[in-house]
Amino acid sequence: MNTPLLQAQNICVRLAGTEILHNVALSIAPGEIVTILGPNGSGKSTLLRALLGILALTHGEVRRAPGLRIGYVPQKLMIERTMPLSLRRFLSLPMRVSDAQAARALARVGLEGKGALQMAALSGGQMQRALLARALLAEPQLLILDEPTQGLDQPGEAAFYRLIEEVRAETGAAVLMVSHDLHVVMAASDRVICLNGHICCQGTPQVVSGAPEYRALFGLGTKGALALYRHDHDHEHAGPQDHNCSHDHHHHDHHDHKGAPHV
Amino acid sequence: MTTIITTTTTIKAPRMFDDLVTRATLAGAGLSLATGPLGCFVIWRRMAYFGDATAHAAILGVALALAMDLPVTLGTLVVALAMAATVAGLATRGWAMDTTLGVLSHSALAFGLVAVSYFPTVRSDLSVWLFGDILAVGRGDLMWIWIGAGLVAALIAWRWQALLTATLNEDLAQSSGLNPARERLVLVIALAVVVAVALKLVGALLIAAMLIIPAAAARWLSRGPEAMALLAVLISVISVVLGLQLSLWQDTPAGPSVIVAAAGIFAVLGLVFGRSRG
Repeated sequence: MNTPLLQAQNICVRLAGTEILHNVALSIAPGEIVTILGPNGSGKSTLLRALLGILALTHGEVRRAPGLRIGYVPQKLMIERTMPLSLRRFLSLPMRVSDAQAARALARVGLEGKGALQMAALSGGQMQRALLARALLAEPQLLILDEPTQGLDQPGEAAFYRLIEEVRAETGAAVLMVSHDLHVVMAASDRVICLNGHICCQGTPQVVSGAPEYRALFGLGTKGALALYRHDHDHEHAGPQDHNCSHDHHHHDHHDHKGAPHV
Repeated sequence: MTTIITTTTTIKAPRMFDDLVTRATLAGAGLSLATGPLGCFVIWRRMAYFGDATAHAAILGVALALAMDLPVTLGTLVVALAMAATVAGLATRGWAMDTTLGVLSHSALAFGLVAVSYFPTVRSDLSVWLFGDILAVGRGDLMWIWIGAGLVAALIAWRWQALLTATLNEDLAQSSGLNPARERLVLVIALAVVVAVALKLVGALLIAAMLIIPAAAARWLSRGPEAMALLAVLISVISVVLGLQLSLWQDTPAGPSVIVAAAGIFAVLGLVFGRSRG
């Protein structure tokens, strides 16, 4: 159980003469949810692409568990309007899947009956779900998502995170994702990694948000109003003993996402 | 390497005339098998320029083949392959493609035209290399066209799923264990072969039109990539038939007439079906 699915050892990536990643080491255990946080240009996407084997490493290595199945959800998918492509057909790329498999995957992400829709006609939220459905068809042990909630509103973001949690609970797949929002990460993250060319700090959401490195990186523009948004709807209200970390996670109204301090 | 056929004499001999048009139609239909699906990828990947540069370079291939006493098709194939590979290589290196392609494409054409002018037999009918001479297609040509186009169609059919995935998103393809660079190479080879066999039919200036217009016309009607590729073949064949008839009826040049027919189909389909799209 504790053999890592994926292990990066001191990887360095240089793009066009600039070192984007320096000595990054991380490993993903089965069933774990890991969120990578970092400012623009911190190398988040580069790290994912390096782990996926899309980018060449200048140093270090990425080890994968033998036969590891990865489901990848790219940051965005530009669909050329000249390419006619239905959602159903998209699910069969590159591996053809049966109608039954496709229907199951669509139902899982809440897109049942939408297979005939053209990809170019999907809304932002539908597109993310479509990409997730395609990734799930590979029965991944590790899901890698690059800023999956970019362009979604808060309810959409929360719903997408819940969906990821459910998928993890059902399939036991580990999840590695990049968050586009420095102050809002999925509450179910087992680990948050702060990246800025190198790993600044890591730990549970609560630990990271209290870490001086995190505050140094992200704290300035928000005048200290940092909060890690929790999608955990049935967590208990903070008692008085928690007040010393009240800046670290906001106990928002249970049903109203607008109440969250989305800074 | 026959000169422009003497239409007047052939019209007086009905049997010959039939055979001529049949051969031309079969040649155009054979070429359509390749240009239909390949044209779709040219559109989807926005590489129209790429077809132009490769086709223009083919004229240089003609000159080289004549100078070295090699078969013309082999010369065009080699030079088209070199040009297509160069352009693809530059594209992946992120060059300012617009300018680079303009320079490459037009210089290749100019160098080719200057080079072939050293060969008096070719010089007398330059327009054949620019606009093709589909009516002059012989039995041997017909065979090569079908072999070349058949190979391209088979190659694209074989790599279909991988090509589609890589065209959609290269990261997605790579994360699925595909190699986008290999799929690009498939298209480079397919394009070079198409240029080599199509040069004689529609000429260097119109090859790109044969790739783009039928596929663009097919887009109006298609809900899926397979349908678009098949419809592009069908529209291309219809354009060949209509264009050749137009050419005989109005005594217009055959290659451009085929393109005129294709453009007409594109416009009509666009007017009828274009409005229902956003």
